[in-house]
Amino acid sequence: MLNQYYGDYLTVALFIAVGAILVGGAVGASKLLAPKNPGGFKDVAYESGIEPVGGGWNQSHIRYYIFALMFLIFDVEAVFIFPWAITLDAFQAAGRGVFILVEMFLFILILLSGLLYAIRKGVLKWE
Amino acid sequence: MTVTISEFFKESANWAFLAIAVPTLFAGWRTVTSNNIVRAVLYLVVSLGGTAGLFFMLGAEFVGWTVVLVYIGAVIILFLIGIMITRAPLGQEADLSHAMNVKAPAALLSTVVFGVITWAMIDAFGNNMIPPFEPTATSDLSLLLFDRFVIPFEVVSFVLLAALIGGIAIARQDEEVVS
Amino acid sequence: MTVFIEAAIKVAVAFVFIMLTTLVLVWAERKWVSDLQNRIGPDRAGPFGILQTLADGLKAFFKESIRPTQSIYLLYLVAPIAALIPALLIFLVIPIGAPIEIGGTTYTLQVMDLNIGLLYVLAVSSLAVYAITLAGWSSGSKYPLLGAVRASAQMISYEAAMGLALVPVVLLTSTTSIAGIVDAQQGTFGSFIPAWNIVLIPSFIIFLIAGFAETNRPPFDLVEAESEIVGYHTEYSGFAFALFFLAEYINVFNMSALTVTLFLGGWAGPVPSFLPTWIQWLVPVFWFLLKTWAFVFLFVWVRATLPRMRYDKLMTFGWKRLIPVSLAWIILCAVAIGFREFGAPWS
Repeated sequence: MLNQYYGDYLTVALFIAVGAILVGGAVGASKLLAPKNPGGFKDVAYESGIEPVGGGWNQSHIRYYIFALMFLIFDVEAVFIFPWAITLDAFQAAGRGVFILVEMFLFILILLSGLLYAIRKGVLKWE
Repeated sequence: MTVTISEFFKESANWAFLAIAVPTLFAGWRTVTSNNIVRAVLYLVVSLGGTAGLFFMLGAEFVGWTVVLVYIGAVIILFLIGIMITRAPLGQEADLSHAMNVKAPAALLSTVVFGVITWAMIDAFGNNMIPPFEPTATSDLSLLLFDRFVIPFEVVSFVLLAALIGGIAIARQDEEVVS
Repeated sequence: MTVFIEAAIKVAVAFVFIMLTTLVLVWAERKWVSDLQNRIGPDRAGPFGILQTLADGLKAFFKESIRPTQSIYLLYLVAPIAALIPALLIFLVIPIGAPIEIGGTTYTLQVMDLNIGLLYVLAVSSLAVYAITLAGWSSGSKYPLLGAVRASAQMISYEAAMGLALVPVVLLTSTTSIAGIVDAQQGTFGSFIPAWNIVLIPSFIIFLIAGFAETNRPPFDLVEAESEIVGYHTEYSGFAFALFFLAEYINVFNMSALTVTLFLGGWAGPVPSFLPTWIQWLVPVFWFLLKTWAFVFLFVWVRATLPRMRYDKLMTFGWKRLIPVSLAWIILCAVAIGFREFGAPWS
């Protein structure tokens, strides 16, 4: 059990390391072997063929922030729902099925009301 | 119960711990000293990844993957997008000011937080050894969470709702007709 | 030490499997698309052009990679690697065949089976957003940044839907281990219909749609829409550019394999086999590959058939349709399972 557990995570670590080294090595080897001919206009940022105007980093629209915020909320919800879904059987076997269902439905409904509020306020719309 | 340094280095688990903890600390240090705000966020990712690694070492799989999913996968993305919607300079030459009047309160605050957490840890666990190691089953976790800690669990949903409504209040355009 | 050797062998086998699969996959997609569009497609490199992927890879390898003057170069180089690693990691939890028993020891045809495999899949696939954000930000150019912000918003939206679509699967099987979910699908309804999770039809459909969006494939390929917009990899060239596409193809295979594993019984076959024992282990692998490649074909078919969605429609579809529907479906499933326990109030 113990060896199995650490073996699994050792595999993940090894996989990340091997992947990074192999891919990084391939990128490096390609850099060495490929022709190098810098200069001219090809190094300039792409802007549909004209010379770039201003800097490369602009401000983004605030609606993306709302999407990220809602994603965070539903991600947290998913993290809570998974363990709940595993033990639903156990709670029902203990005769507490209604309790566990109502508990999670409240949680879902509260967050769903947030989503409905966002839809009603029109922050998810493009104009 | 004390452990001498030579004993500490005999245990292979401690080497694994160091291999994770030292980069985590370094990344945490660079998070607060970095001059570029996006770089600071990326160091924070490394730091959180190390934290997740420490949880895996303790057998807390669920907590570890939650750190990856929620913190690295969502909170940091929220930070990054939050930075991109401001007019803050994002490029290479963007310098954050590390003036003394900013540094001093930040250092004070983080020392206090560190002190409180360390105290709470020592108070709760003291010199207890972890019992013979067994990865924590997620079902055990949820039997506790949805039974004994049901009130905090429901409160979490209100905290999240409040955050969402706050975000919407900032983002919405008032003159717009509600459809 | 044995743990270490075992891990090394698994890593090597998984790598070879993924790379061979991708090699065939890229060729197969080009062949299928050309068939669907009444063209010939690649036919020069090797028999039926099967070496075309290799040739293209070599070409990309020997192309100059341009270093954009404004770029933040180290992160610019890290981004394609960050795209590839989550794609490789997801494969680790997919079982490609039934466990094999050799000399008393059971070997699983799965690199590892975590207790919380589903959470692992979600967590690792959420890391893919970093590659896009990093690529867009470190390029130091306007279009990549815009493309990156759009792409990350798209991916996180559909990832939320995907996570919620998997909850009914957990409700039905009471486990989050991937091997456990496959095992739970081994039975039959009645005597011959396989008890696959596809009975959760709304979950299956939402998962599949979210899968298309997560892999940035048509009709949701707005971030790389080669013909009209410019995406997060505009400033990339040469081998680094090719790596983004390698990651995309690995993701297509992973997503098909996950769909099969979670909803279509994984390596379970619809008919019992009558083969001799020594070759018996190949049968589940065959069924797994057959079903997975059917979904790969679906990905290609959709690409050749459907037009691209408009970005605003894409986002509103995710948030106003998929997520509310999946939440309602979770509630419905949970109530149905409650009825199974207590009996319906009207019975």
